[in-house]
Amino acid sequence: MEKLTLICLGVVLAPLAGAIIAGLGGRLIGRSGAHIVTILGVGISFALSCYVFWLLLAGKATGGDYVLNTDLYTWLQSGPLQVSIGFLIDELTATMMLVVTFVSLMVHVYTIGYMHDDPGYQRFFSYISLFTFAMLMLVTANNFLQLFFGWEGVGLVSYLLIGFWYEKESAIFANLKAFLVNRVGDLGMILGIAAVLSLFGSLDFAAIFAKAPEMTGETLQIWPGREWSALTVICVLLFIGAMAKSAQVPLHVWLPDSMEGPTPISALIHAATMVTAGIFLVARMSPLFELSEAALNFVLFIGAVTAFFMGLLGLVQTDIKRVVAYSTLSQLGYMTVALGVSAYSAAIFHLGTHAFFKALLFLAAGSVIIGLHHEQDMRKMGGLWKHMPITALTAWIGTLALVGFPGFAGFYSKDAIIEAVAASSLPAAGFAHFAVLGGVFVTSLYSFRLLFLVFHGRSRLDHHAAEHLHESPAVVTGPLLLLAIPSVLIGAPLIGPMLFGDYFGKAIQILPQHATLAEFGEHFHGALAFALHGFTALPFWLMLAGAGTAAVFYLLRPEWPAMVRQRFSLIHHIFERKYYFDEINQAVFAGGLRGIGGLLWRVGDVALIDGLAVNGTARSIGRLAGALRHIQTGYLYHYAFAMIIGLAALLGMIWYVSF
Amino acid sequence: MVTLTDYLVLGAILFALGMFGIFINRKNMIILLMSVELLLLAVNMNFVAFSHFLHDIAGQVFVFFVLTVAAAESAIGLAIIVVLFRNRASINVQDLDHLKG
Repeated sequence: MEKLTLICLGVVLAPLAGAIIAGLGGRLIGRSGAHIVTILGVGISFALSCYVFWLLLAGKATGGDYVLNTDLYTWLQSGPLQVSIGFLIDELTATMMLVVTFVSLMVHVYTIGYMHDDPGYQRFFSYISLFTFAMLMLVTANNFLQLFFGWEGVGLVSYLLIGFWYEKESAIFANLKAFLVNRVGDLGMILGIAAVLSLFGSLDFAAIFAKAPEMTGETLQIWPGREWSALTVICVLLFIGAMAKSAQVPLHVWLPDSMEGPTPISALIHAATMVTAGIFLVARMSPLFELSEAALNFVLFIGAVTAFFMGLLGLVQTDIKRVVAYSTLSQLGYMTVALGVSAYSAAIFHLGTHAFFKALLFLAAGSVIIGLHHEQDMRKMGGLWKHMPITALTAWIGTLALVGFPGFAGFYSKDAIIEAVAASSLPAAGFAHFAVLGGVFVTSLYSFRLLFLVFHGRSRLDHHAAEHLHESPAVVTGPLLLLAIPSVLIGAPLIGPMLFGDYFGKAIQILPQHATLAEFGEHFHGALAFALHGFTALPFWLMLAGAGTAAVFYLLRPEWPAMVRQRFSLIHHIFERKYYFDEINQAVFAGGLRGIGGLLWRVGDVALIDGLAVNGTARSIGRLAGALRHIQTGYLYHYAFAMIIGLAALLGMIWYVSF
Repeated sequence: MVTLTDYLVLGAILFALGMFGIFINRKNMIILLMSVELLLLAVNMNFVAFSHFLHDIAGQVFVFFVLTVAAAESAIGLAIIVVLFRNRASINVQDLDHLKG
């Protein structure tokens, strides 16, 4: 086997080994054994990922065929269909591997502090290592089935971790909800994969992408009399899968509830990595999406709606983690918008920067939660910066990166997306442009609201909590500081090569008529000039306006929010109820399905199968027997007579037949 | 000269007597047993007649078998009747309708 293949195998299997040892032998190796073994596994994985990344860049510099696309072994063979386990290591995969393993490593270290007193310590480490394995399987896959394996794997671990505190009823509700909503998306995903198989006859990415341009004219008949472009159907179905994983409207409902899980997994799974699987999928499928204008419009529209309207909900949340969760939804919307306007590299760029600063924000929120002994209500915080200076500092850095302050990582990726939307000529781009610009203001407003409510202003702590307040231990602040560094720095050096250079090579393909980033690239003169220009651009002023509004409302005039709430009580109510998505789902889908289920149970099961088929057979046989039993008189001479009659009849028959 | 037909007619008459004895008798179970014996004897009559006219001794051998079995059968039948009488204090055929559905 080639060296690179072996290394990649190491990247993927090291976390799995950690997960198995910590999961099955947790009691033997103890608490410290569990975290040592899993951190070692993920650490190896991270180091090897760096090495793979370096090898890839080195191979690229020397030219030649540097992309690794290899089958390890045949998983299954059925007729002409052959499915292998294999690796496709290109620039996209290597980037994702780096992001996933780095954030995962940080979260592993942080968990030592966060879960310090939890009885399920070993189980938790086992789960997050297992998650890392599944996520790596997903990003390194070179065919659809392996990708789907990883896809379901991360879904499973997400389910397990949301319900980690399984004695909490709300946690169980939330994990079931996440699982069910993801099933809806998975249905789309499976149908999409099936459509790919029927159209291309293969599940291998390279084979599919090579054949894709010939398939633009192909049509599918979903119902008689209506032809659909096969590629559009495939892309939309795959995107439905991505919508559930990446929490796009209307399949976003599970993500805010997933905050029932412990904070480290909110950071790792529900902010930095798993929810970006959908973004990754679409970016990976760029050769297919490029060929379908309709699918791109759909993606763009969904992303724009998510980016703006989910951000608005962050304004009324009082739970510190839920604010960050809605912020995640909104940022995922931005990434989806970028995918829609064919700025795949911008989406991946934002995915990377977002992974760092959102993980940072979540872990900072977690640090606050630890400090306040698991108090999550922002109305009971305030003025914490004096007690938790490192947490406050890193939260500021995360927030500035999130709102896109020029120079921070988030600025480069987010403004690149906004510029790409402005340059796009798709029908939905006009709406999307307003949505992403409005989103900047909203993002800034809720982010600074969180900062001011938690770290500044008057302290609203209760007496008991204030006494025990102190900065979190080093295992918590260490990852915060380590995550703060890329949140500030990775934007400037990466934007040039990643968006306008040849960073992604052939991993992402864009048709000339969709080349929005190239158009934006003509005005791009280096990261510094971009940042300086950022100070005069519209998004910066929108961001300042949001920050200013937050300052007025939550620092200078703390009584104003209540007044506004009263004045606009209807809107506030709609926001508070999250646009009634939960109620509609509960009433229409959950209620409707239960109704249909009940109906089928009563009519189909109880009446037809039980009543008619099973008990009906028994009852009709009983009734027939009841009628027939009257023949049985019990008198011997009647039986004898019957025998004679029977004998005569038989003899008569034989006589009749033979003559 | 007595012909084969005469013997067969005699056998048929005996068989019919036995059969009707079973059907018509509603009272005594012993008469039922006797009727069964009569059926067997009717068959024996045919066996002997055929044996004589066809010059085949096997028919008469069969008659001995049938007689043996009939003896055993009436022994068992009488024993059953004794047991039945002990249990039900009656051998009236019309009372014996335990198999009635």
